[in-house]
Amino acid sequence: MFLSHLPRSVLALLALAWASVLVLPWYWLSSFDATSLNGSLAAFWLVAHGKSVWLAGLLLPLFTLSLVLLPRLSQRQIAWLLSLGGLLALVMLLGQGFAIGLRGWDWPWVGQIVGTQVFGAIPIQQGLGFGGYAYLLAALMLMSQGLARFGLCRGDAFIVSSITLSFGLITLFVFFPVSRVLIQSVLVPDGPGGGTTWAFAAALHKLDDPSIWGLACLSSTRNCGVVWNTLFLGVVVGAGSTLLGLAFALIAGRSQWPFKPVIRLLSVLPIITPPFVIGLALILLFGRSGFFTGLLSEWFDIPRSRWIYGIYGVTLAQLLAFTPIAFMILLGVVQGISPSMEEAAQTLRADRWTTFRTITLPLLRPGLANAFLVGFVESLADFGNPLVLGGNFDVLSTKIFFAVVGSAVDESRAALLALILLVMTLAAFWVQNVWIGKKNYTTLTGKGDSGLAAILPAGVSWSCALFVIPWSLFMLCVYGIIVVGGFVVSLGRDYTPTLKHFETAFKITPSDFGMQFSGSAWNSFFATLEVAAISTPFTAALGLLIGYLLSRQKFSGKSVFEFCTMLSFAIPGTVIGVSYILAFNVPPFEMTGTGMILVICFVFRNIPVGIRATMATLSQVDPSLDEASLTLGASSLTTLRRVILPLLRPAIITALVYSFVRTMTSVSAIIFLVSAKYNMATTYIVGRVEAGEYGVAIAYSCVLIALMLAMIILIQLFVGDRALGRRKAS
Amino acid sequence: MQTQQAPLSPRKASVEFRAVSKLYGKVTAVDQVSFTIQPGQLMTLLGPSGCGKTTTLRMIAGLEIPSAGQIFIGGEDVTLRSAADRNVSMVFQSYALFPHMSVLENVAYGPSVQGLKKSMAEDKAKHVLEMVGLKGLGERMPSELSGGQQQRVAVARALVLEPDVLLFDEPLSNLDAKLRRRVREDIRELQQRLSLTVAYVTHDQEEALAVSDEIIVMNNAKIAQRGTPHTLYSEPADLFIVDFIGDANITDVVIDKVKDQQADIQLGPLRFTLPQRGLGQGPAKLAIRPDAISLSADRGLTAGVVSKAFFLGRLWEYTIETEFGALFVTVPGRAAPFVVGSSVMLDFDVSGMVLVHDCPDKKM
Repeated sequence: MFLSHLPRSVLALLALAWASVLVLPWYWLSSFDATSLNGSLAAFWLVAHGKSVWLAGLLLPLFTLSLVLLPRLSQRQIAWLLSLGGLLALVMLLGQGFAIGLRGWDWPWVGQIVGTQVFGAIPIQQGLGFGGYAYLLAALMLMSQGLARFGLCRGDAFIVSSITLSFGLITLFVFFPVSRVLIQSVLVPDGPGGGTTWAFAAALHKLDDPSIWGLACLSSTRNCGVVWNTLFLGVVVGAGSTLLGLAFALIAGRSQWPFKPVIRLLSVLPIITPPFVIGLALILLFGRSGFFTGLLSEWFDIPRSRWIYGIYGVTLAQLLAFTPIAFMILLGVVQGISPSMEEAAQTLRADRWTTFRTITLPLLRPGLANAFLVGFVESLADFGNPLVLGGNFDVLSTKIFFAVVGSAVDESRAALLALILLVMTLAAFWVQNVWIGKKNYTTLTGKGDSGLAAILPAGVSWSCALFVIPWSLFMLCVYGIIVVGGFVVSLGRDYTPTLKHFETAFKITPSDFGMQFSGSAWNSFFATLEVAAISTPFTAALGLLIGYLLSRQKFSGKSVFEFCTMLSFAIPGTVIGVSYILAFNVPPFEMTGTGMILVICFVFRNIPVGIRATMATLSQVDPSLDEASLTLGASSLTTLRRVILPLLRPAIITALVYSFVRTMTSVSAIIFLVSAKYNMATTYIVGRVEAGEYGVAIAYSCVLIALMLAMIILIQLFVGDRALGRRKAS
Repeated sequence: MQTQQAPLSPRKASVEFRAVSKLYGKVTAVDQVSFTIQPGQLMTLLGPSGCGKTTTLRMIAGLEIPSAGQIFIGGEDVTLRSAADRNVSMVFQSYALFPHMSVLENVAYGPSVQGLKKSMAEDKAKHVLEMVGLKGLGERMPSELSGGQQQRVAVARALVLEPDVLLFDEPLSNLDAKLRRRVREDIRELQQRLSLTVAYVTHDQEEALAVSDEIIVMNNAKIAQRGTPHTLYSEPADLFIVDFIGDANITDVVIDKVKDQQADIQLGPLRFTLPQRGLGQGPAKLAIRPDAISLSADRGLTAGVVSKAFFLGRLWEYTIETEFGALFVTVPGRAAPFVVGSSVMLDFDVSGMVLVHDCPDKKM
């Protein structure tokens, strides 16, 4: 039969490739310009009209690829045609895309070779549209089909395609933007003519700036440099959250207190709370017209002040937000200490206190270091709290933000600051991996361990309680104010119960055309739901796929691949935000201002959790299950769907819940990317806070928290449990 | 229900390796291996762990792609074909039963991913389950079955696709000793009834001798010897094979004279005439099977002292100190025992003695 030597997938991809130049609009539609025709035409017709003639070069690889349609080719020849044609297509597309930009040549040296003008005009073009992306996808997939025919990955085209696709996506949306930050930080604008030059000297000069490195605060009342501020805050928050976390973990893991469920609840709440909500609650409690400030001034005549705005407020807010993370880490470590260690110590005549001091505490040490570093990194990355509470106290994340959106826009300064923050964060992660990774005393083994954990010595127990009780009460106050704040007219001034704030935000007016969502929050609420609804399944799917590839397939470059996927997790949100602006504001990948960039940002920030969860789960699934399925004639896609996926249910839940929650709560990266059309709930709330409309902000936060709780329960119910036919443990 | 349930009729196919190698980085797992499995035969790949036998099996399955060489199944070159595109089924060491599917769903998985309708696939699966003696257990989950039953599910799942070649990767290693003999008899019986082409991997020589038409012994990524179980036992190619197949006492001997392919040898004070097997005059190695030596209190060729004695019910295992070294001897359990320290006389049966080449890559 005609064409029977080619699988349908190759034919379909070839069709897509041709459609991308013949039918689909080559350029991004939003930049449609009636006078230039550029917005709506496919590449072929643009060339036919004498526009963007360089696009003709895109046809060459397509002809090469289409040669596979010829009869009587050997498999080897088809493999060569597909791989080389696909590669050529990629080179052509990216080459022309990066060489020619919005205002002419982006690569002047190409212009010098072929002449600055093409057909009597300086060549300009916008970002890629559907056609461009379809061409990119088809080229990548056809190349994978070719590589698979060389016997790569056991000749499995699905696996090769998955690897190249994931690799391409990670490169485009993690590696490429981050490298733009590196480049931008050493680029300097060339004057009014546009264009830029490399200027390492200027970059070094910029580094030498007292507002970054200054140590004035040691000798005078002026502020220190922003790097020292950030570092100091990070160390204080890291140490504080570790201590508090340890106290909570010891109480929860090693005591017989009756209030343990309360601690559990308090540890979950901050995870579903947008981080700046804590800062907001602190303002409502301790701000000039805060609840406690009011009480203190009435009862003790303590004057109202703005002390909460600045380092005290930020520290307090971050401690509240990140102590639960330290608690979770340390609880794991406390429970991981094999009871038989402590029992062994006791049979060697050590009393409770000696056991705690000589066995339990030393075994906890790596956990403590880990908790400290995580607290440190979280503090570096935190953006919402310093923004809300910072006052004159600058940290890197807010400084970066104001370098991009402030009165003096300086992208290269933002890039430089982002680079400093990135280096600090990666250094912390490096320390965590290299130093702590090797010192982990995992004493939990697969062997049965039926010992009883040692009871805490009374002294330790009481000193923990000394921390735990007031802090728990404090947290209850904070969450109390979030709940109450939405239902009173104005906290601190007027405690009349009201639904006014909810009405402002979430009013629904019946009208002739049905219900009209006239509340001010609906717009951002629906946008958030839309972005979350689109990005969550994508995040989970991509995370599972990459996790599967990393744990089950062998291919070269795997460790680099793994590093890049983890990179997006380590990078602070503000850095991601800046990098996305730098990378995706200009052609060829121009997508700022769209909803798509929000979705993409969330997908690539949140996949690492899906990947980790998948890899952890798959390490417990015997690889011969996959192999059994393959030898029974199932393709790897079928294997993935019918064997792996059902066994991955817990990982799927983790990925879905996590990515949904993060989409709802994160603010740092997307505050750079939101637009009037696509405003997100968190950025809207931050805006309300800055405008002083605390009531609406708090009411909205309440709704978000309730929504997330509902969603988590729903996802749990929907995805359900693995049915392994095991008898449930009684 | 009498639907078209024709008895399973797997197509018989040969398997041929031509100079197949597999490298993992710089490590050679399989080195230039060539062999053919005849249709309808059970071929065992036997060898110590790390000898390349499992890699060889996985290359037949298509789970590994050779670094060099060609693989033919039924005369067709399948070297670069993926596992899903070969008509080969495998029974895994761990059985690899899908834990989220019932027994019936497990067995019906193969036909259903081949595009068969669910009801047809399940009919087929039920038929095969009945064949392996698991009728009525289809609704159970794999975790609710005993080890032996799980093993049979794994066999049924592999058989249901009527494969050209059926592969077994150490199928008995997860079963207790009593069950092993029965299951291996079942496997052999099934293979002969359906005249399946089977490749079978094990490290247990007794198991290999029991089930195989032919055995390939592998050592250090190469084929050390291939032949019928009897050939391997009676005419081992070198010391490695002697050591691996059955127990043997390896002793140093001197070949005095070679004539008519018979060699006259000296073992201490004793003289024997054995097949020459290509060896020349001079020092050589002699393998004496432990059951080729008989013990008695007064009659024999040479004397020794019992240094160890163990009663295993079916057998007595003795270690006898002689003037040419310690010998390991087995005697039927019903024979009268000798106590440790007593002297005995030894007699030798030349049919259980064989001259062997020194192992080329083994320092002894």
